Amino acid sequence: MIEIIDVHKSFDGKKVLEGVNLSIEDGETIVIIGRSGCGKTVLLKSIIGLIRPDSGSIIVDGQDITKIETAALFEMRKQFGMLFQGAALFDSMTVDENIGLSLREHMRLNLDEIQERIREKLEVVGLPGIEKKKPAELSGGMKKRVGLARALIMDPKYVLFDEPTTGLDPVMADAIDLLICETNRRLHITSIVVTHDMASTFKIADRIAMLSDGHIVFDGTPDEARKSRVELLRQFVDGRSDLS
Amino acid sequence: MIVNRIWRWIGSRTLAFLQEIGTLSILFVRILKSSRYAFRDRRILIHQMLEIGVNSLPLVTIISIFTGAVASWQASYQFKAFIGDSMTEDLLGSSVSAAILIELAPVLAGIVIAGRVGASIAAELGTMRVTEQIDALETLAIDPVRYLATPRFTAGWTMVPILVIYASLVAHLGAFVVAHLLLDVSTDTFFRSVQRGFLGYNVFSGLVKAFVFGGGTALIGCSIGFRTSSGAEGVGKATIKAFVFSSAFILIADYVLAMILF
Repeated sequence: MIEIIDVHKSFDGKKVLEGVNLSIEDGETIVIIGRSGCGKTVLLKSIIGLIRPDSGSIIVDGQDITKIETAALFEMRKQFGMLFQGAALFDSMTVDENIGLSLREHMRLNLDEIQERIREKLEVVGLPGIEKKKPAELSGGMKKRVGLARALIMDPKYVLFDEPTTGLDPVMADAIDLLICETNRRLHITSIVVTHDMASTFKIADRIAMLSDGHIVFDGTPDEARKSRVELLRQFVDGRSDLS
Repeated sequence: MIVNRIWRWIGSRTLAFLQEIGTLSILFVRILKSSRYAFRDRRILIHQMLEIGVNSLPLVTIISIFTGAVASWQASYQFKAFIGDSMTEDLLGSSVSAAILIELAPVLAGIVIAGRVGASIAAELGTMRVTEQIDALETLAIDPVRYLATPRFTAGWTMVPILVIYASLVAHLGAFVVAHLLLDVSTDTFFRSVQRGFLGYNVFSGLVKAFVFGGGTALIGCSIGFRTSSGAEGVGKATIKAFVFSSAFILIADYVLAMILF
């Protein structure tokens, strides 16, 4: 379970998070929505300790990651996987080197075992047989799926998705959504997804939280979101701007 | 008003400089702490050694051969003006050799490394930073300092001294070719002179400089690369900054080491 308690974060005096409170239960898929630049990615990166909040606590399985030592933070991260917006594949490595890096670093497995697990994860994301390709040879959708395979290789408890469908065509976006649902169902992971894609949100979310002006302004199920009277959320759900 | 502005500018620049030194020092300590893993990551270390050492050989060869050649020609010209032709032949080899071992080889190899390696480390790590590859490493519970900076730093301080030894040999060859073919100094006279003036301490001082320049350049490249922001423009700026800072570091460190060693 992850608890985010009164988290504040500013950059060069600009307040991005102003007292965010959110609980994430084990096994659920929570989608955090909000306008571009509202701090969704900052919140996501704070959860995995890439960004340290100015104040507040982020408690992962009873441990406050804002207060632990660097070594303990790295140990904690072994429970996490993260899919980045641009996939963030290591461009000097092949697909199998990308996916297998954390196995080589953290587990005492022989080469055959590593290759077997890589093959298995590539099957899960629907890309068998591309082990020796370089990231530059892959399409945007393929990069995201390889990024997902890399995020899943250590069988993490929590997977964070930063804008998983941004920049993809609708068919590929739908494929990624299905993949997120499928991996959640098969692997029983807790997923935290940051997006502003509402079609995707309603497909994958067990729960939706909306971030605006540094606060969580809505937290509820997809059905509650559809019926909500929160104006910002209504605009999001209906895809309507202030100008219309 | 103008005086205030000047003071403010000096103050902000001084603070920025001290901040830079602080950041470099913190990174240096973190690299030292993780240096016990340098040989565990042998594949990455060997790759960096090839990149920094072997791939610098063509440029180091060209620069060294012409540096030795011009040093020989200029020394002969200056000696002839002051001490005459006969003494010139006796002193040419030893004086050029000392200049190569103490100053020319380490500083010029260092500047080559600053341009080729320091800048490329900053560009590579800067690109990794802006494309979130360094964040990705952290999410995989891999320390970027250990995985990226330590092998580069280790390759820097081990390979640059080797490059300097190679540069010294090539520069001697350049000096000899000019002395023999253009200045009519016999092979025997030239190398006797080199042997007469040879001091092991000169080689040692050149290697100490190379060790400092190699480690320092890699450290500066890593530090600037890790702190790159603002996309492609930021990577470009980081690359230039790494070259400028590394070159300045080499010239300043050369002066400081000369004061300490001689």
